[in-house]
Amino acid sequence: MTRLHVDWTRCDGHGACAELLPELLDPDEWGYPVARSGERDPAVPAALDSRARHAVRSCPLMALRLFTD
Amino acid sequence: MSATTVSMLGTPPAASLPRLGVHDLLAVVEAAGLTGRGGAGFPTATKVRSVAGARDAVVVANAMEGEPLSHKDALLLARAPHLVVEGLVLVGGALGATRRVVAVGVHVDAGPLRPVAAHHGVEVQVVDGGFVAGQETALVRGLSGLPAVPRDPSVRVTSRGVDGRPTLVLNAETLASVALAVRLGPQSATSRLFSVSGDVALPGVVEAPRHALLSDVVDRARPGPVRAVLVGGYHGTWLPAARLPTPLADLTLGAGVVHVLGPGTCPLEATARITHYLAGQSARQCGPCVNALPRVADTVARLAAGPPDPRLPAEVARLSALAAGRGACAHPDGTVRMVASALHTFADEVSAHLAGRCLP
Repeated sequence: MTRLHVDWTRCDGHGACAELLPELLDPDEWGYPVARSGERDPAVPAALDSRARHAVRSCPLMALRLFTD
Repeated sequence: MSATTVSMLGTPPAASLPRLGVHDLLAVVEAAGLTGRGGAGFPTATKVRSVAGARDAVVVANAMEGEPLSHKDALLLARAPHLVVEGLVLVGGALGATRRVVAVGVHVDAGPLRPVAAHHGVEVQVVDGGFVAGQETALVRGLSGLPAVPRDPSVRVTSRGVDGRPTLVLNAETLASVALAVRLGPQSATSRLFSVSGDVALPGVVEAPRHALLSDVVDRARPGPVRAVLVGGYHGTWLPAARLPTPLADLTLGAGVVHVLGPGTCPLEATARITHYLAGQSARQCGPCVNALPRVADTVARLAAGPPDPRLPAEVARLSALAAGRGACAHPDGTVRMVASALHTFADEVSAHLAGRCLP
């Protein structure tokens, strides 16, 4: 299963990821991503794989990473 | 500070320390059923196994004592530093570790430790930092000459820790228990140290056997009437006095903090004070911790001090959900867990405050 990991020490709440992956992420009131599923590292369905990769590349602080568990 | 000796704080063993391979060491640690005494309570054997076979490993005794209510590791270093050092030597020897370090917080007296450590080729490093500096990833950063703040946990310290080397961090009391288990047998390492504070006549550190009850620990500190007890530390759990007869084995003991609240203190005020302190102890790296914890603390303070607003408990829950699971370390999670236990245990007090009064 592919999962999306946020390095919270890097994330500055720019919000690009939540805009690119609205199915998975929702911005909180300060702009930081909240996983809609409530998971710490939300699962990325295959259908969202390429957009998740785009989100990882688009994060201005390189705070996102995909991994497989 | 009072301390009663059972075994951990007793006299130093005389015979020379045996050398154990990792297999034999793990057998003793598992037979003793050792779990971490620093807070997380993780099985010690599993942690040791995770660095077995690693080259150039570093073994660290964590005596940061970042918990303001914890004094047991400092007392251990003052009264029985040889046990902590011997635990390090045993674990370090079994793992073939090339560095063995005792990390102490700035407020911990390392005086009695230094000659014992020097004699055994163990380093003593004083690491500056607040509440979160004792968290494993923060500590390895501190020992690498960086600010002692947590890092993203996806790279484990057991693969890349101090100066990029595989690192095993064990609490000082855990290592003392390893030394006792090896020297006297696994059955000798079953007691734990507790830092007892709050509304008691004799605050201090007590040692209690595994089969003891929470009330046995509390009673040693001569409490007055007990209203509630915070068990584990500031990231711990509030329990009502009715839970005092609970066996210690059935509780999450964290770092062994037992804080007693008498009838004269409003538990919501106490919780608000602790939450405010914890919000201030954020390393200020992770947005949800920086943003949500102060709001949790403010909301709990409004609940404690008024004016009454029936929406406050739900607001605490909403903000807590925004803090939990969204940080590099366990600080936000531990904080909101403690707050949730307060709102649960003190449900009657919450209702009274929402009705505009404080229960005596």
